[in-house]
Amino acid sequence: MDDFYRELIIERYKSPRFQGTLDPHDFSYEDDNPACGDHIQIDVRLNEEGEVTEALFSGQGCAISQASADLLLESIIGKNIEEIKSLDKDDVLENLGIELGPVRLKCALLPLKVLKAGVYGLGDGNPLE
Amino acid sequence: MASNGASSFENGLIRDDFPILKREVHPGVPLIYLDSAATSQKPLPVIEVMSQYYRDYNANIHRGIHALAEEATAAYENARQRIAAFVRAPSPEELIFTRNTTESINLVANTWGRKYLQADDMILLTMMEHHSNLVPWQLLADQLDLRLEFIPVTSQGLLDLDEYQRLLKLGPKLVSITHMSNVLGTINPLEEILPAAKEAGAVTLVDGAQSVPHFPVNLSQLQADFYAFSAHKMLGPTGIGALYGRRELLEDMPPFLGGGEMIKRVELRKFTPNDLPHKFEAGTPAIAEAIGFGAAVDYLTQIGMDEIEKHEKKITGYALEKLSLIQDLEILGPGIEERGGVISFFIQDIHAHDVAQILDSVGIAVRAGHHCAQPLHDHYNLSATSRASFYLYNTEDEVDRLVEGIAKVKSIFA
Repeated sequence: MDDFYRELIIERYKSPRFQGTLDPHDFSYEDDNPACGDHIQIDVRLNEEGEVTEALFSGQGCAISQASADLLLESIIGKNIEEIKSLDKDDVLENLGIELGPVRLKCALLPLKVLKAGVYGLGDGNPLE
Repeated sequence: MASNGASSFENGLIRDDFPILKREVHPGVPLIYLDSAATSQKPLPVIEVMSQYYRDYNANIHRGIHALAEEATAAYENARQRIAAFVRAPSPEELIFTRNTTESINLVANTWGRKYLQADDMILLTMMEHHSNLVPWQLLADQLDLRLEFIPVTSQGLLDLDEYQRLLKLGPKLVSITHMSNVLGTINPLEEILPAAKEAGAVTLVDGAQSVPHFPVNLSQLQADFYAFSAHKMLGPTGIGALYGRRELLEDMPPFLGGGEMIKRVELRKFTPNDLPHKFEAGTPAIAEAIGFGAAVDYLTQIGMDEIEKHEKKITGYALEKLSLIQDLEILGPGIEERGGVISFFIQDIHAHDVAQILDSVGIAVRAGHHCAQPLHDHYNLSATSRASFYLYNTEDEVDRLVEGIAKVKSIFA
């Protein structure tokens, strides 16, 4: 148990370092997991070279989804669009450092889903609208 | 096999019949199974009877003349009779084997619904329904242009019966309602609700998935025109369930699925349907599962549904008492008087998934999410809850473990 809810995850859930919103932003996207109510919005600012200078998330949900968001955004500061597009499930799992079953995997991947949707030029948006 | 009253619940004889209860789910961590509302565990007699069918007398049923076919047919139809008797259905021909409660409800929607409903007709449901008693009607409403109305749920988790009377005046053609909520645990007073629906001229359907497994149900007394339930929630296998339907209605309904078994005679361009119940059982059925279903009903009968109901009330009452002492934990639904053995709860600032994950680490199996009742969760403004559910093999000791587990959850997130 202490393995699953590593100090890292609890810490980032209770005291996230990348929480908030950005205005103005270069892209912003939000989505949720209707099965459990995890909700993530991600706002990102880029410099002229297309690299991430700031990224913040807001939302609510389980410890896995929120900690995953916090760790994900920490990892993309300084990355460019192409590098973000190539992020995948393994990167998320590496951030978290634990193994996940299919249900919790969905929680962990929600932030990545939101980030990639934003990056792929959907601009400001929410697929639910 | 355990069969003598209350003591067998305490001395572990019943638990001994369920081999899975002895296993560890993580190294050194024994299973504490509190998810019977999702599916029940199976006693050895049920497990063995199905293997025995395959080992000793497997054959297709109804048509065959040879010995194996006769044995298999007898076992299948005998199971039907025992299941019909268990719920006191007036006759076994009125008990249709389906895949599960969901399929039973879809069967009614697609046969009775299509034949008798037309544009602007109204179907009355409730806000506490499981998706399987919502979505089939949504599909039908969309196709036939029907209206759906809902009996509201109070903050205590009971149906608003005054609103119900008002909604009845709108003349629903069908009133479809759960006997016991799989989220709130609320046992709805069908002895009041169904007669009122009949008097208002409606046909009645009951979702009995959570009721038949846990307390005695008497279909000869209840004014349900249709009553659906599943084997896997009552010690039986997955893949089989039942639909009870009043004979006059079933005889008048067109068939559901077409194919073998449900016909009398087939020509190139037409057929005549078979008699009840076969009219609604197309193709080779889940024979082993039906036999397993019969064995499940035998096991429950031998223990006694009154005893099981008493045992569950005791455990649930104890759990409600203990859980209500926990700070920041809120329980949904009514008090012990109006509820069965299902307790959904949430803990302030701790997501249901995290609760379930940590409880799993100490061997406790609960469910987290919306439990196939999203509208109910929306109504209470909750995205997810955790749910513990009890059955004949659970003990007060396991409730104590649950309480300890929740304390651990709170300490990790403190």
